[in-house]
Amino acid sequence: MTRLKQIILTLPLLLLPLTAMAQTPEEKGLAIAREVDQRDNGFQDSTAKMTMTLKNRAGQESFRYIRFKTLEVEGDGDKSLSIFDKPRDIKGTAMLTFSHATKPDDQWMYLPALKRVKRISSRNKSGPFMGSEFAFEDLGSQEVEKYHYKWLRDEPCNGLDCFVVERRPAYEHSGYTRQEVWIDKEAYRVQKAVYYDRKNSLLKSQTFSGYKQYLNKFWRTTTMEMVNHQTGKSTQLLWEDYQFRVGLDSNDFNRNSLKRAR
Amino acid sequence: MRERFFHNILRWRWLVVLLLLPLVGTLASGAKQLRFETDYRIFFSDDNPQMLAFDNLQNTYTKNDNVLFVLAPKDGKIFTSKMLRIVKDLTKASWQIPYSIRVDSVTNFQHTQAEGDDLLVADLVENPEKLTPAELEAIQAIALAEPMLINRIISPKVDVTGVNVTIQLAGKDQAKEVPEIAAFVEKMAEELRAAHPDLEVYLTGVTMMNNAFPTAAKHDMSTLVPIMFLVVIITLGLMLRSFSATFATVLVILFTVATTMGLTGWLGIPLTGPSSSAPTIILTMAVADCVHILITFLYYYRLNGGEDKAKAMMESLRVNLHPVFLTTLTTAIGFLSMNFGEVPPFRDLGNMVAMGVGIAFILSTTLLPALMMILPVHVKKEATRTGQRMEKFGEFVIQKRNILSWCMVSVVVILALFIPKNELNDEFVKYFSHNIPFRVASDFSNERLTGIYNIDYSLESGEENGVASPVFLQHVENFAQWYRSQPEVTHVNSITDTFKRLNRNMHGDDKAWYKLPEAQDLAAQYLLLYEMSLPYGLDLNNQINLDKSATRFVVTMENLSSNQVIDVASRARAWQKANLPASMQVEGSSPTVMFAHIGQRNIRSMILGTSGALVLISLIMVISLRSIKIGLISLVPNLVPMIMAFGLWGMFVGEVGLALSIVTGMTLGIVVDDSVHFLSKYLRARREKGYSSQDAVRYAFSTVGTALWVTSAVLVCGFFVLTFSDFRLNSGMGLLTAITISFALIADFLLLPPLLMKLEK
Repeated sequence: MTRLKQIILTLPLLLLPLTAMAQTPEEKGLAIAREVDQRDNGFQDSTAKMTMTLKNRAGQESFRYIRFKTLEVEGDGDKSLSIFDKPRDIKGTAMLTFSHATKPDDQWMYLPALKRVKRISSRNKSGPFMGSEFAFEDLGSQEVEKYHYKWLRDEPCNGLDCFVVERRPAYEHSGYTRQEVWIDKEAYRVQKAVYYDRKNSLLKSQTFSGYKQYLNKFWRTTTMEMVNHQTGKSTQLLWEDYQFRVGLDSNDFNRNSLKRAR
Repeated sequence: MRERFFHNILRWRWLVVLLLLPLVGTLASGAKQLRFETDYRIFFSDDNPQMLAFDNLQNTYTKNDNVLFVLAPKDGKIFTSKMLRIVKDLTKASWQIPYSIRVDSVTNFQHTQAEGDDLLVADLVENPEKLTPAELEAIQAIALAEPMLINRIISPKVDVTGVNVTIQLAGKDQAKEVPEIAAFVEKMAEELRAAHPDLEVYLTGVTMMNNAFPTAAKHDMSTLVPIMFLVVIITLGLMLRSFSATFATVLVILFTVATTMGLTGWLGIPLTGPSSSAPTIILTMAVADCVHILITFLYYYRLNGGEDKAKAMMESLRVNLHPVFLTTLTTAIGFLSMNFGEVPPFRDLGNMVAMGVGIAFILSTTLLPALMMILPVHVKKEATRTGQRMEKFGEFVIQKRNILSWCMVSVVVILALFIPKNELNDEFVKYFSHNIPFRVASDFSNERLTGIYNIDYSLESGEENGVASPVFLQHVENFAQWYRSQPEVTHVNSITDTFKRLNRNMHGDDKAWYKLPEAQDLAAQYLLLYEMSLPYGLDLNNQINLDKSATRFVVTMENLSSNQVIDVASRARAWQKANLPASMQVEGSSPTVMFAHIGQRNIRSMILGTSGALVLISLIMVISLRSIKIGLISLVPNLVPMIMAFGLWGMFVGEVGLALSIVTGMTLGIVVDDSVHFLSKYLRARREKGYSSQDAVRYAFSTVGTALWVTSAVLVCGFFVLTFSDFRLNSGMGLLTAITISFALIADFLLLPPLLMKLEK
């Protein structure tokens, strides 16, 4: 985001206490979302490791290991590179994503066995990420423009005071009619999210725990858990080894870098 | 003591009626708690091995309850802009069906194609209106070449298409959830038909079948029970020729049915197709008790010239209490023997009817006498005609005893020869008559699009991520090839088709590459790429398990008999043994397989139950008749009807299902009633009056002949009414039971007396 835009966007927040009485729930919801976005602005780039644990109804488990590199992009969705380490037969496979707020993301995948980069053209935002209970749209960068917001109520969550905000996808082909997210008032971190499917039935709920602060500003969770209430399956994401401002730039996020990614 | 009891009943008749009414009312109020079961799984006991195997498979992959919309445009063309728009709209609307988790149709099929180094993954049909005739043709060609679609979502003639909706129930209250879905999709279908008069719309699938069970049961209850009441009233009116007696009987059976259904509700027994026939059966059984008591009562009342009602009733109770109690006991034992069976709904039916006959006994010895004391009874002199006729008939039997016994024996032997012609068959689609929309829809779908019968396999690679192993994939592919070459099979859903398609896409859509990937990492990476490209609800969870060590393999077949299903499955097993590694050799499982085995499993377990009932009932006969010899003789008229009935069935029908495998136990309890009544009168004449065996037979005919043929007529009518059931299990059971009871009367009239006269000189 440009500096100017940032200032413009932040202005209403400064006036928040004054205008609180006059705000509609929609305006309040949007203001909260902007604050969340604003507080995560400026991390530039980051890397992290993730362990994904899939569980089915019968209690069986399966694991995936993935490394992520993310580049903050001003004025658009972030660019990210995911490198798959395990299972063994997909080791070295890497996926490059240019996420966008309301239009389909651009995606490429490098298949080491074929030694080729393939562009994926699909509307898979709603689809599952690696067979997990997380959809791409749950994991991708959460731009303010992706949703229409509405503040519902305040209530405690995880021992903190929280806003409960409803958001409805502003993009086509989402798997959801709406989501409800719990955001703590202390640091504007998402604590919990509940997803409703296309027929507005409860589908999944996601919990966030073990938040840690980096560079004195950016909060990152260590554990995310997604439970699918319809199928009884669940997925846990365990994040570790967060590093910020390691010096990545756009040259690390193109088709050529995809082949080199290890 | 017994006499005092009945004296008091007759004396305090008003009090008896007034006390019984609130009691019956309280018990009957349990009917409010009755609920209809909406799950085909109720037919299987918790430890059924085929069901456990299927549960295991469903827990590993997605559940496969489903609703299938079958669409057939009258012009027979699927690939038109108009028709594709209908399918696309229906697909979108289907996401709104309660508890739906996935929708598959020809329009949202995830078509993959190569474009340079791009992999395009998109709905096969995006904008139906914008398609040119050439594009429509291209889409049709793609669809016809796609193994995932042909014979599953579109017919080879491209004149019928389906929209398949996968259902995952919340499982909180299936009795509400299934009808909720059914009502929703039926409304959708109705709106489609209204908007497109030139389009035929059918609904089938597992969820629709689940919904058909309570639909058929409710329909049965609302039609068969009133018919049965009508039959009973007419028969009773004709036979008893007394308004009061008929009225009292109707009241007794009404109370009996109400009390039993109330108790069923209190006990929490769910209503299912089979147990919904309980009211009709109980109604029928209750009539028998009343008829015996009333016919004797009317006989004595006429005899004393309409002077002393109480005396006539006391005499009737004295003569009948013992046989009526005995028949109640044996009937209850017969029905309770169903508890040995494998099928919970039939256990419920057995228990409900056993309760019913118990209640019928109590009411017909308390309420009935009391009512008869209260109601006015007129006697007509000429009504003894049937009695005279019976005496004439008895005379005929005594005269022709030799020739009769030989005729009967030869008939029995000839019929017995046809018993082996009965074949076990349980096709769940055929459980429903053509009056049930599910049956019509499933038949249509089977004929024009795809079958509802399938076998599921979970093929194990033996290692994590092993589904991508070329060796494993080749084995799966060979298995698919083998299955596709079997004549009964309409469709095979195998993950190998997806791998072949992806391999072709990765090589610029070159047809030469439509083959399995040669290396494991390559296959795994294709799969990852594909997996990452699929939208919401169209993932691979229904085909590949969590750690990618196993894949689901689904074979769809045309409508097959149970024996054919077992035959296909065992051929597949033999092929597996010869061609696949040990880890991949597995039994298939599915509702089809479960139903295919249930007949056999049930018969095996019913043999124990039926033999137990037979021994117990014979023992009761011996003890109560106080004669080992007569008890043993009674085995003949008790077993012969069943032999004859199954022989006749083998001759004309030849197909025996679940319902018929329980008929033996329950009819045994009913057919002994006739011999109990006949033999107890025969013995009374021998012992009390010192008659010769011929005179005793004559006496038995004249005293109990009428009652026997009246009760048998009512029973035959009652079970015959069941043949009008929309639930084939009930109609088959009704018909076979009616036949058995008819034969029982024949055996008791034509075979038992000659036998007695021969053996008791």
